[in-house]
Amino acid sequence: MAINQTMTAELFFQQVPYILPEITLAAGALIIMLIGAFMGDKGARLVTWLCVATILAAGSIAVLHMPPEQVVVFSGSYAADGFSAYAKLIIALTASSALLLSIDFLAEKKLDKPEFPVLALLATLGMFIMVSAHDLIALYVGVEMQSLALYVLAAYARDDAKSSEAGLKYFVLGALSSGLLLYGCSLVYGFTGSVNFDVIAAQVAGERSIGVVFGLVFILCGLAFKMSAAPFHMWTPDVYEGSPTVSTAFFASAPKVAASVLFARVCFEAFGPLQKDWLGIVIIMAVLSMAIGALFALQQTNIKRLLAYSSIANMGYALVAIACGPEFGPKALLVFVSIYAITSVGLFGVVLSLRNAEGERVETISALSGLSRSNPLLASALTMLLFSVMGIPPLAGFFGKWEVILATSSSGLLPLAIVLILASVVSAFYYLRIIKTVWFDEPRIAMVPVGASTTLTLTGATFVLAALTLVIGLVGSAASIAGAGFH
Amino acid sequence: MDTLPILSILTWLPAIAAVLILLLPQIIKSPEAARANAARWIALIATLIVFGLALWMTLAFDETNPGYQFVERADWYGMIQYHLGIDGISVLLILLTAFLMPLCILASWTSIEKRVVEYMAAFLILQTLMIGVFCALDIVLFYIFFEAGLIPMYLIIGIWGGKNRVYAAYKFFLYTLLGSLFLLIAIAWMAITAKTTSIPDLQAFEFAKDAQTWLWLAFFASFAVKMPMWPVHTWLPDAHVEAPTAGSVILAGVLLKMGGYGFLRFSLPMFPEASNDFAPFIFALSGIAIVYTSLVAFRQTDIKKLIAYSSVAHMGFVTMGIFSGNEQGIQGAMFQMLSHGVISGALFLCVGVIYDRMHTREIAQYGGLVNRMPIYAAVFLLFTMGNVGLPGTSGFVGEILTMQGAFNVDPVTAMVAASGVILSAAYMLTLYRKVIFGVIVNPALNTITDMNAREILIFVPLIAAALYLGFQPNIIFDQTATSAVALVDAFHANFK
Repeated sequence: MAINQTMTAELFFQQVPYILPEITLAAGALIIMLIGAFMGDKGARLVTWLCVATILAAGSIAVLHMPPEQVVVFSGSYAADGFSAYAKLIIALTASSALLLSIDFLAEKKLDKPEFPVLALLATLGMFIMVSAHDLIALYVGVEMQSLALYVLAAYARDDAKSSEAGLKYFVLGALSSGLLLYGCSLVYGFTGSVNFDVIAAQVAGERSIGVVFGLVFILCGLAFKMSAAPFHMWTPDVYEGSPTVSTAFFASAPKVAASVLFARVCFEAFGPLQKDWLGIVIIMAVLSMAIGALFALQQTNIKRLLAYSSIANMGYALVAIACGPEFGPKALLVFVSIYAITSVGLFGVVLSLRNAEGERVETISALSGLSRSNPLLASALTMLLFSVMGIPPLAGFFGKWEVILATSSSGLLPLAIVLILASVVSAFYYLRIIKTVWFDEPRIAMVPVGASTTLTLTGATFVLAALTLVIGLVGSAASIAGAGFH
Repeated sequence: MDTLPILSILTWLPAIAAVLILLLPQIIKSPEAARANAARWIALIATLIVFGLALWMTLAFDETNPGYQFVERADWYGMIQYHLGIDGISVLLILLTAFLMPLCILASWTSIEKRVVEYMAAFLILQTLMIGVFCALDIVLFYIFFEAGLIPMYLIIGIWGGKNRVYAAYKFFLYTLLGSLFLLIAIAWMAITAKTTSIPDLQAFEFAKDAQTWLWLAFFASFAVKMPMWPVHTWLPDAHVEAPTAGSVILAGVLLKMGGYGFLRFSLPMFPEASNDFAPFIFALSGIAIVYTSLVAFRQTDIKKLIAYSSVAHMGFVTMGIFSGNEQGIQGAMFQMLSHGVISGALFLCVGVIYDRMHTREIAQYGGLVNRMPIYAAVFLLFTMGNVGLPGTSGFVGEILTMQGAFNVDPVTAMVAASGVILSAAYMLTLYRKVIFGVIVNPALNTITDMNAREILIFVPLIAAALYLGFQPNIIFDQTATSAVALVDAFHANFK
């Protein structure tokens, strides 16, 4: 059902309800920015809570207003469907939890200014646009909106050289990838004569021109950068390590969902007929990401760098789901990335809770030694999260991997599943090393209790994850409904 | 009786007790000793209740019915169902688990001093997962229980283990994980191909010949590691040596049986042609395992390591029996699994008794124990003989039957296996002589005390079981016969 007539005022208002979540976010961002400007730095806490509320409201609207089947509005540039609604809900949940984590951290570092939550809100708006993008312009606007806000978040601790470096590195490499993306978009436009996904699909189904394939490659490279898939992952460890940890928590969760969902949509919707061409690229990226993510993490001593490589490996698994094609991929992708994103927020919640006896924050793995003695609850939460990301049943992470492996069997990509499990075993080694440090080693550093909002989020993430095991059936059916739109 | 979900109760009761124990620090604020005591008692009571229920279930079990009994079924996730049920193959393994657990709790009563609360909780969760493995009738549910067992066992070895515990815990975890992930791929493929994850339906589904081969290999990768079969057994001695006593008992008594159970439940009925093709391969590995690991056991200086290698040898009899594909072989393998559960468990407990007193497992540190510990010497002798396979103990029945089963198919392997019995007598009796007989050389032994009442209490049921099964093996065969015959008939139906 494509509403594709000439735009009249009446038609415009008819289509507005479909972008209500985005309107909520945009209007919220403008109003909250004003509130922040009037109240100054002392309003930071209030502004954060307002942003959290806005994001959650937008996520709920996306789900409640979900059309029964795909509706494409605004001259084919914007799709509202189950796939995007599901992704928006996950983005809203993880982005708002990451924001909650920021309150204590920023207050302690004297960085509690209203800009942080507002930028995060704008990044979330970008992600919402990304997952609903149905033409190349909406795609680019969404990606850029998200990226520009994230560059600032990376460099948010301006007096910290590492943070500035992270921001600069992220910006320079990000700009390069945006250039690739834009170049690819222009090639595709040039050769198909349209930016609309449906028209592109119809064009390439008829005639496969080498120009479009070039464009496709550039677009996929640009998107792979945004989701930090190998071989475009180089920025990830440095940016994760250098950025303030709350920004890293933000990077590691919601944007990964948005980027992988957008990646899937581009492959399935715009370039569905070119599956032969993109499949090879996706498989190579998936294998490289899994291998690099698993092997390079082994040497890391900084927990943020380790989690960076872990997220590269996990994006590799997400790419495996995408490689399974429009019939089997979407459900697996949605289940996998949603569980991964929630786990990720939880893991960063733990990292944010770590400090030594002097109250300074610590980021090395060895600082975790004996955590099970000094803070049993934090240790148990961390252990659960790690076993989950390892994919050990009965924790939720297992079901993510199960869905991906099931999809590979359905689509005849079993060799990819074998690479996946080999990568899982190697990664299990470094996750186990953390668990070993937590449980088997003697305590060396006294841990200080952390602020209320961090504890709240951490408990929340762990609880949601634990509960997911029980209601995994619900998640699965939601994801299969959401992913059904592609065939 | 149909309304009482006995299998769910058996499975989840220990987990509920574990949660209760973990909440203790919130209830009892101080002192730590009170908390530890409460944890011990809760664990003991819970495991005793589970044992009682398992015993009742075994008595209520209808051994003439070849189908699955006490079935519970509910939708869970996609095609995965919460589907439980038992037959003659699983019922006694559940009973074995329930039987060993209270003994393990008692054996850890004083020897575990640090983090008692977490220890008891880990054990109870492990029990939930072990019982779950044996009664799951959905293959993914089975995998979940099977794989989840890694978590508590990793923590048990790593936190409460010996000096080299970290290495052993890693080795245990990664070895098993690699094996079982291949199993996961095979399960996913089967679920897609057969469009079901229910074990009874999959057993009835006929997989193509080519597919059977690689599926069989994937299942083999997992179960052979778990079993463990030569040459992927190397994690076992490390894990046994470093694990606390009760951990070793559970490892040898129950966890190793999951491999044999897997072969019986999946490999044989689901991939009969592949099983038949690979039988010579299994026979070769079993024969090597029996002889080679017996010889290796002979050279050990650590008591626990010696018993661990002897376990690998005894598991060789089980695989040999299973893949002989006839009734004697399969019945014998079942019996051998149960008997080994009792005897090797008891042997590890015997080691635990002297380790608690001397804190060493070196054979050279002992000698002449009979002078100070007459009761211990008698108990240890009984289980040594059981391990050797002396008629009258349960060890004999399983070995003779598996050899008989194998002899019908492959006489050479049976003869090789028979030589393993002699070797086992050699290493076990040597061990016994070095530890128990002679005069006391090590002065530290001069003050060693004999077993106390708690320890005797632990061994009484084990002695009773080992002897009773030795003299009255039919009590087992009555339970397993119908299922074993059904399994053999279904297996041979493929070749007629």
